[in-house]
Amino acid sequence: MNTTIMLFLVQDGITNGAIYALLGLALVLVFAVTRVILIPQGEFVTFGALTYATLSAGNMPGTAQLAVAMGVVAFGLDLFGGRRSLHLRLVARAFAINILLPVAIYALTYWFAGKNTPIAVNIALSLLIVAAIGLFLYRLVFQPLAHTSVLVLLIASVGAHLALQGLGLVFFGAEGQRGPTISDAAFMVGPLRFTGQSIAVYAITIAFIVGLWLFFGLTLYGKALRATAVNRLGARLVGIRTTLSGQIAFLLASVIGALSGILIVPITTLYYDTGFLIGLKGFIAAIIGGLVSYPLTAVAALVVGTVEAFSSFYASNFKEVIVFTLILPVLVLRSLAAPEVEEEKD
Amino acid sequence: MTQRLLPISIFAALMAVIPLIPGMPPFWIVLLNNIGLAALVAMGLVLLTGVGGLTSFGQAAFCGFGAYTTAVLSTAYGMSPWLTLPLSLLVSGGAAVLLGLVTVRLSGHYLPLGTIAWGIGLFYLFSKLEFLGRNDGITGIPPLSIGTLKMLDAGTIYYAIWIAVLICALLSMNLLDSRTGRAIRALRRGHIAAEAFGVQTPRAKLLVFIYAAVLAGLSGWLYAHFQRAANPTPFGAHAGIEYLFIAVVGGAGYVWGAVLGAGIVVILKEILQSYLPLLFRGEGQLETIVFGILLVLLLQLAPTGVWPWLMSRLPFKPARKRPDTSLTLPARDRPAAAPGALLKIDNARKQFGGVIAVNNVSFDVQAREIVALIGPNGAGKSTTFNLITGVLTATGGTISMQGRNIDNAPPQEVVKLGIARTFQHVKLVPDMSVLENVAIGAHLRGHAGAISSMLRLDRADEAKLLAEAARQIERVGLIDQIDQPAGSLSLGQQRIVEIARALCVDPTLLLLDEPAAGLRHMEKQRLAALLRQLRDGGMSVLLVEHDMGFVMDLADRIVVLDFGTKIAEGTPDAIKRNPDVIKAYLGAVA
Repeated sequence: MNTTIMLFLVQDGITNGAIYALLGLALVLVFAVTRVILIPQGEFVTFGALTYATLSAGNMPGTAQLAVAMGVVAFGLDLFGGRRSLHLRLVARAFAINILLPVAIYALTYWFAGKNTPIAVNIALSLLIVAAIGLFLYRLVFQPLAHTSVLVLLIASVGAHLALQGLGLVFFGAEGQRGPTISDAAFMVGPLRFTGQSIAVYAITIAFIVGLWLFFGLTLYGKALRATAVNRLGARLVGIRTTLSGQIAFLLASVIGALSGILIVPITTLYYDTGFLIGLKGFIAAIIGGLVSYPLTAVAALVVGTVEAFSSFYASNFKEVIVFTLILPVLVLRSLAAPEVEEEKD
Repeated sequence: MTQRLLPISIFAALMAVIPLIPGMPPFWIVLLNNIGLAALVAMGLVLLTGVGGLTSFGQAAFCGFGAYTTAVLSTAYGMSPWLTLPLSLLVSGGAAVLLGLVTVRLSGHYLPLGTIAWGIGLFYLFSKLEFLGRNDGITGIPPLSIGTLKMLDAGTIYYAIWIAVLICALLSMNLLDSRTGRAIRALRRGHIAAEAFGVQTPRAKLLVFIYAAVLAGLSGWLYAHFQRAANPTPFGAHAGIEYLFIAVVGGAGYVWGAVLGAGIVVILKEILQSYLPLLFRGEGQLETIVFGILLVLLLQLAPTGVWPWLMSRLPFKPARKRPDTSLTLPARDRPAAAPGALLKIDNARKQFGGVIAVNNVSFDVQAREIVALIGPNGAGKSTTFNLITGVLTATGGTISMQGRNIDNAPPQEVVKLGIARTFQHVKLVPDMSVLENVAIGAHLRGHAGAISSMLRLDRADEAKLLAEAARQIERVGLIDQIDQPAGSLSLGQQRIVEIARALCVDPTLLLLDEPAAGLRHMEKQRLAALLRQLRDGGMSVLLVEHDMGFVMDLADRIVVLDFGTKIAEGTPDAIKRNPDVIKAYLGAVA
């Protein structure tokens, strides 16, 4: 192998790895706060990417309607949940979040769709739509199950994944799509060509890693979220609203997922079901990072991306096998290094 | 016919006549075959996930091992399917040993995530390997045959599948209702309590992991000969996830929940696939959407699954047989009165980082003696217990039992020397009966392994264990609660159940961590009487307790700890007058 090929592969690996890092971070975040292993993370990716691609093609994305529909159901659930004490304030608040918000997003999307809108607007709209879906997903699926075991949450998560993936097919069809690049700028460093797109990927990943690190380490909200993760009951007793923590986690995760999708859809063609596999590779990184450490997850994601790039060059047939078995040595090391801690389950 | 076998026999008879019903559409038989195949895998998951608490998304890969093994051997090498059956099971079991050694040690959420990863890795491996036919798989697999009867159609292989389901259900239930089964059922509640009674938890986990994989391998073997072809699709990540659904939907802790869950999921999917497109003009993957939504709804309405929900609505409750208490287990040799100390703790030290929890503490316990370890909260009493029983390893010093050094011995070895304990925070399995919980204490006094349990060859051994457990329950006065789930008892009673469990070890030294907490006055007096009686019978007791009246009346000798350091030791009367103790513990004014 010559150095140029190696450099290419490393560059490719780092770009992919940065995306996996973003997804891995979101998974760690959601798991730490809600104990949900977020399989639908992949759907946030495809929804974000394909919504952006659809908007760029001048069409109205189905996800906007989904947000409205989910909001209506969430409104119903909120009213039902608070039926014993229906104050005007409570109803108004539920109405604002569950009805007004998605309808406003829908109206905005409707207004802009079909016109020759700038890329930034399309990105903002896609993020808004997917954020709303993420928020309502927590409200509809996971909030009623918040007290149950990790296993039940996991199965619910799979159910949500199936439903959303099916909806993805309805909204976007079976054909793959690509979106316009964020920036067409490109420059050469030695033999390597850096595009504006890949620079954007790096910059946004680093910004998120640092941002999350600071958020959880330094802010009161971040600490409240971590407290919820350790002990829901304890967190509630000291006045942390665990539901709010869950909503924040899902909001962040859906935004991160959608953003990753928007970042890669100009580079690779995405299909309605691509997200699952991309999300799983984020998982690998998150597991290597132990589902707790953000910096470690980011480093692991870069390793996953690089291994993927190299194995697709040398043994493209076994690319996925290699990437997914990468986890085994890590698990061995983990089980040797950290003896099991006693935990009371259920 | 015993009461246990009656419902199963009725079910078997029912299943046997279904294909004989005239006019039965062949398609329904195919559906039932699919249910049976899924039920086999889900049954393994019931034991692994529902009972053992180890979640695996990778079971479909084990089906793949089973299916591909027979596919390759019966097509490329022309082996008879019956010869490939043991090989298929061996290959899936062997794969489970390798993957299990790596994964079952992982705690909590690492395990499910790890299984997703290797599940997908194996799926891609199946679909890329040349000799497995890559994505196209292997076709032309010979059918099963007995003599001249070739099981070519769905109606004949139906019997092979459902006989396998019934046998595996029986074996699984036998396994759960045994010494090994109790060890598996205790896994979900953490490993410390089980290990304190000699259960090798890593081995129990690996065992149930292999068992689940072998059931999946059997399902794969049947699948290959039913479809007469094998390709990677049914062994991928989605299939693995679906098996887990089935187990959870049916009721993850129940063997028959697997069969019920398989029925619900397979039929539901079939209905959705055939009717939804009619309703909605065949747009997209509607069945996946509806299936996903229904799944979430079901979990929200019945998170424990359908089977327990059904069972709780049964008009009658299955009665349990009381164990025959005349059977006995061989007793341990008791040391004659006091040839030196029974338990000797010499300069034991435990540091957690900078915190010194136990600071060079020395004391001993003689034969036939009740010693109390007292001290304010945080004095290091429970840590001392954990050092003695091997839950924690000491930073320094030596601990010996009857002259044998047990410094670094694991809990399973410590209990073999006759040291049994209770826990400050009760560690019982709440959904197991009092009898079954107590019988865990006798784990080391039984010898039946998993295979003899499955085949019910363990009954003599098992009867003795249960008899011993029942005797100890009677001894502590809880015979009326013997069949209740341990979690339904009051906290004080649960502590007494823990004492009965410890007594099942037939210990020479009993370690009790706050046994009287939560007891009423009369119950405390009864407990004190029991402990005196145990001492007079040759047992020694070391207890931690905060109830001073209880301790002063009962103990022969008292050791006082404060901030990890021993500040006094002596008879109750001497301790009551010791100025250091009064200052540190009883309060300066007392």
